[in-house]
Amino acid sequence: MPLYYTQDHEWIDTNGAVGTVGITDYAQSQLGDITFVELPEAGSAVKKGDAPCVVDSVKAASDVYSPVSGTVTDINAALEGEPELVNTQPESGGWLFRLTLADAGELAGLMDRAAYDEFVAGL
Amino acid sequence: MSEAEEFPDFEEPEVLTLPLDGWHRARGGRMVEFAGYHMPVQYAAEGGGIIAEHLWTRSHAGLFDVSHMGQLYISGEAAASALERVLPIDLATLKPNAPRYSLLLDEHGGVLDDLMVTRWSTGFYLVVNGATKWDDIAHLREHLPDEVTINHLEDSALLALQGPAAFAALEPLVTGDVPLNALTFMTGGSFMLGGAEVWISRSGYTGEDGFELALPAEHAEAIAALLCTNPAVKPIGLGARDSLRLEAGLPLYGHDLTPQTSPIEAGLNFAINKRRRTEGGFMGAARILRELAAGTQRKWVGLTLDGRQAAREGAEVFAENEQVGTVTSGGFSPSLERPIATAYVSAAHSAPGTLLEIEVRGKRLSAAVTALPFVPHRYHR
Repeated sequence: MPLYYTQDHEWIDTNGAVGTVGITDYAQSQLGDITFVELPEAGSAVKKGDAPCVVDSVKAASDVYSPVSGTVTDINAALEGEPELVNTQPESGGWLFRLTLADAGELAGLMDRAAYDEFVAGL
Repeated sequence: MSEAEEFPDFEEPEVLTLPLDGWHRARGGRMVEFAGYHMPVQYAAEGGGIIAEHLWTRSHAGLFDVSHMGQLYISGEAAASALERVLPIDLATLKPNAPRYSLLLDEHGGVLDDLMVTRWSTGFYLVVNGATKWDDIAHLREHLPDEVTINHLEDSALLALQGPAAFAALEPLVTGDVPLNALTFMTGGSFMLGGAEVWISRSGYTGEDGFELALPAEHAEAIAALLCTNPAVKPIGLGARDSLRLEAGLPLYGHDLTPQTSPIEAGLNFAINKRRRTEGGFMGAARILRELAAGTQRKWVGLTLDGRQAAREGAEVFAENEQVGTVTSGGFSPSLERPIATAYVSAAHSAPGTLLEIEVRGKRLSAAVTALPFVPHRYHR
């Protein structure tokens, strides 16, 4: 499905009006060993740029920003027991939350994979 | 408009490189700026990452580059008495070649730095923190008489080899007047290692048995490589150095110790040597002697948290609705697999077992005051 990326190293995989959000492999490599993930509550409303989610690494806690606005429908419960999934499968099994998009037009401001790879290469 | 354009005379201080810079990069070290230097926070190679490096040090041996630290040599006829005016140490009881922990205090008894002092044949060898070394030198120069010479040993690198396999890894590589096994915790001597004369002490900052090695910078790369030829030895970054020292209950300057904290609040009473407790005569003595007699209103304690979410420096500590303290260090303990922290809390809430709460991002996390160290020391005494 169409995948989009943010400059803050989140990804969102969209399937119609539903998006799955996680952090990129680059992000997890920079954070290091992830020891805890604070997830939003299903049903909560988030705005683009809010930080509904926090990933804790050994060194620091880092906000994860929502790439778009919407309502959280689902969270990755597996992360409670295995937060390291964000390290080992950042762009698949280590997804963070799903939401219904309030405004699909917000996706237009995000990057595709090629643009994101170029962005990371320039860091 | 950037700051540099707005203030054309303003220049960012240059980040300096240490003798092992290229060696770290070649081994996959992820370099960060620390204390004004490029330093490896962790390594990318197989077995790298803070948790893996931490556990490797606890089970095998880790090699740490701590060349950013300041190595000073203080000499001159009056050096001992002059140093006793700025440190609460008793140099009369300091045997040659045996490092001792001490503190640089300001006139109010606040901590300017913590350091190691060793008596060498003709003077005193000090190891101070990297981020504070320039201020330390200025402070010492201001308060030591002109006849006392301060040499900054900038051509000396500093490595630490830490962990249960450290002795077996180092012993076959060194020769000296005494065998390496003559060294017990907090003693040292001169040895030949990799063709260089190296000062080795059995000491460190991890709670494990291990050694610290001061060596000529031009030999640092060859000696680091030589030590790492042993499969039990891996280079370890600053990230694991921090989590190891936190588990060992060892304070970190700039976080757990600052000019706003006194060593008695921090429980470092042992660093105020016996004679100095009665005689005083060191900077900050009025407050230190008063606190030794009367106690302090707050104490530095360990906290073990429930759950997996860590509390970080600055988090507020509560007993019910009353704020009773502030976290000074905190993170996930790889050995205990749970979050741990240190904090200054009011003395009334400092007894081990006391249940407190720490506010993290608007939530209250349960924590229990825990006797330090969190993980038992395994020094070779």
